[in-house]
Amino acid sequence: MSGHVFHPGHEELHGITVVVSGRSGRTYVGRYHERTPKGTLLHDAGVHDPASGQSLDDYLKRTLKFGVKAEQKNMVLPDEEIEEIRKLAEFE
Amino acid sequence: MPYPEMMVKPMRDEMTDMGARELKSVPDVDAELGDQQGTTLVFVNSVCGCAAGGARPALRAALQHGPKPDKVVTVFAGQDTEAVARARQYFADYQPSSPSIALFKDGEVVHFVHRHQIEGKAPQDVAKNLAEAFQRYCAPAPV
Repeated sequence: MSGHVFHPGHEELHGITVVVSGRSGRTYVGRYHERTPKGTLLHDAGVHDPASGQSLDDYLKRTLKFGVKAEQKNMVLPDEEIEEIRKLAEFE
Repeated sequence: MPYPEMMVKPMRDEMTDMGARELKSVPDVDAELGDQQGTTLVFVNSVCGCAAGGARPALRAALQHGPKPDKVVTVFAGQDTEAVARARQYFADYQPSSPSIALFKDGEVVHFVHRHQIEGKAPQDVAKNLAEAFQRYCAPAPV
């Protein structure tokens, strides 16, 4: 049963935890699900807002160590907000 | 909503076949994780083939050579929800993800593998991560 996938035909990033840099200055971390007509759907997503006072570097370091602090079960990011999508593992 | 049991049974069996004890209730979890001594590995199983499909063989490989935890237990995310929630209380500093792997030594989490450290990786890479942790925390102390 190793490698068994219940959801074949998915996009390359499906199921991968990604870091989405937003044009608004916010950064989103969550599990990539799919691109929809309304935008990109992330599951169990957290947000870094620069207005929080915590640096993005600290936020990502903490996320790498303790996991994604999910604030929304489902988050749709409109195309115009998305500047870049990278795998969280690339930040290790 | 849980998947039908017949669909997840092979994934449960894959864990028990490698010697993991499956914890399906809160009392099961407390019996294994309460008042721990020695080393215990908790594998949070998942139906997700993207990550769990690689994590189970990785753990099996890591357990085949060298030092290993005194106990290996598993809970199944999305299936045995009360047991999973209880187990996560024992590593509450870490955000929930599945699959994930916690290694305890004398009741303290000494190594944690998140889902993001599993997904997209080859099982042998995850196995190496685990084997290094076993070498560090599970090997007998030199006399």
